[in-house]
Amino acid sequence: MSIWFVPRDAAARSMGADAVAAALTDRGETVVRNGSRGMLWMEPLIERAETRDGERVGWSNMTAVHIEQALPSEDSEHYVGPVEEIDYLARQNRWIYERVGVTDPLDPEDYLRHGGLAGLKNALAVSGDAVVDIITTSGLRGRGGAGFPAGIKWRTVAEQSAQPHAGESRDATPHKYICVNADEGDSGTFADRMLMEGDPFCLLEGMTIAAHAVGADRGLVYLRSEYPDAIATLQAAIDIARERHWLGDDILGSKVAFDVEIRVGAGSYVCGEETAMLESLEGRRGMVRAKPPLPAIKGLFGTPTVINNVLTIASVPSILARGAETYAALGQERSLGTQVFQLAGNIAQGGIVETAFGITARALVADFGGGTRSGKPVRAVQLGGPLGAYLPDDKLDVAMTYEALAAAGGMIGHGGIVVFDETVNMADQARFAMDFCVEESCGKCTPCRIGAVRGVETLDKIRAGQDVEGNTALLRDLCDVMTQGSLCAMGGLTPNPVLSAINQFPEDFQSPVIATG
Amino acid sequence: MTITRQPEWNAEEAAALIAPIVAAESGPVLLCLQAVQAHYGHVYSDAIALIADACNVSRADVHGVFTFYADLRETPPPAVPVRLCAAEACQAVGARTLKAEWSAACEASPELATLTGVDEPIFCLGNCALGPAAMVNGELIGRADVARLCQAIDAAQAQERPL
Repeated sequence: MSIWFVPRDAAARSMGADAVAAALTDRGETVVRNGSRGMLWMEPLIERAETRDGERVGWSNMTAVHIEQALPSEDSEHYVGPVEEIDYLARQNRWIYERVGVTDPLDPEDYLRHGGLAGLKNALAVSGDAVVDIITTSGLRGRGGAGFPAGIKWRTVAEQSAQPHAGESRDATPHKYICVNADEGDSGTFADRMLMEGDPFCLLEGMTIAAHAVGADRGLVYLRSEYPDAIATLQAAIDIARERHWLGDDILGSKVAFDVEIRVGAGSYVCGEETAMLESLEGRRGMVRAKPPLPAIKGLFGTPTVINNVLTIASVPSILARGAETYAALGQERSLGTQVFQLAGNIAQGGIVETAFGITARALVADFGGGTRSGKPVRAVQLGGPLGAYLPDDKLDVAMTYEALAAAGGMIGHGGIVVFDETVNMADQARFAMDFCVEESCGKCTPCRIGAVRGVETLDKIRAGQDVEGNTALLRDLCDVMTQGSLCAMGGLTPNPVLSAINQFPEDFQSPVIATG
Repeated sequence: MTITRQPEWNAEEAAALIAPIVAAESGPVLLCLQAVQAHYGHVYSDAIALIADACNVSRADVHGVFTFYADLRETPPPAVPVRLCAAEACQAVGARTLKAEWSAACEASPELATLTGVDEPIFCLGNCALGPAAMVNGELIGRADVARLCQAIDAAQAQERPL
């Protein structure tokens, strides 16, 4: 009897995967709800295998109506053949995403059969210090955008002694924390979400390895409220992990004690900034803190705290399982290992591409992405989220590494790539970037809080054709103040999309427009 | 048409709701506000003083947290909330047009407008390869258009049961 795989990922569900799964069940078929393979233009992509771990063949863009008519066959125009041989997937190098789309995300046996816990077992066999050394050797850098070396951050936390919560009189127990930043607010990014929905045990395993490495006893995942499916899946995984002693007082019989809780965000983009996230976790307004002190020394409630992005932590189990040297052999310069790129916006083949650092933006957009969904020429690509620069089509040959992108005036950010076709108006996009900063600024520092408001006003004057030259000079000056004077990346990087739009697409700022963005 | 009813404010019940949070957490204010909203659908103004007393902070502190976060509501939510993504990846595939079309549909039908509420833009639902993205009553919609939104609203209403 065949087994059918129908993704439970939110993106697949947003295209009707639940109805497809129900229709298969109604026909008496066995259905496994897997994660998504990340070929999102094919969703719902359903797969069939003869045994649980057998070769899987697939059908793309299925609907319940298709299933009600007949079980799909190899003659169907939706048939895509053996799924793992599809070029898009076969050309990737999946480390973080090795199980996503393959396993049932909430089946712990499936997790073990596909290499789960191998990294944690290797970690528990050596000292915490040795684990920090392994992470340092791997060259792993923070995937949240800043690219800070994870090993150095972990070393700092490991060297601190645990502290009780500052100002807390009731509970004087000393703690260290592992805080995972899952406040993935950048438009064009969804890799954290898909990992948490598609392989939540991987995140928990990575957090546990980090806890062993630095001597932390508590873990928190700050997860945005816009991701209800990820919240539910991760919570279910935490419950299962506790039952299995993958979390708790005596993890895998090792005497390591560590537990994880989810904290749900409340709709604030700036809380993705690490110190604002700490404020929010402490129950306050998400206002950015000045650094120093570094969170690694005085973080959550004044305790030493590791703050890493979901993808950083999810890289850890595979590094421990497959070896730091193998990982560090991938990539180039000081951008080692793999990055999970996310192809989004106006793109024919959007989704997840995990590959070694160093691939060009053009290879991602053209070869993997297949150009625009509309079929019109690519005009602009925004790399690295709402605070990243817009690049024109002729600048896409840049290598996707921290170093090469910085040299080209861009940034890798969280790996999001948003494609726009020729219908985009870049003055609208520049205005949106400033307006987004108005909306989401925490208000602590003046360049960001007031600069963004003045930026919108000045852009409106430029768009209306009022003294374009003078106002553009003023806007550049304002952007300089925001870049130099803001406390965090919100105000400091908002000038990236604004100035790149003006510099790369000046023609859009010459003719007055009426519509507002 | 079924309208989701929100529970009436009950100070004793609310106090019992937040007491375990205050007892267990070092920084409980935001968690208390979220718990009140999860139960009552919005944050009744009486909740501010209640939380301030329970957490031993000023009402201004609680009010400050309440007003900072976009998710926390002063008024009951609409029966079937519709949120359209307004961020860049969805802009690239017609989010601005969808917003205009949706606004027109709501203007043409006051009943629809009441049912779904004023569209409060949301910045990114994590469905950036299948935009424009929308969320209808908590359900994510990919490649949204007015017809798909209306379909999802009908499905949400069919599921709703009066309390």
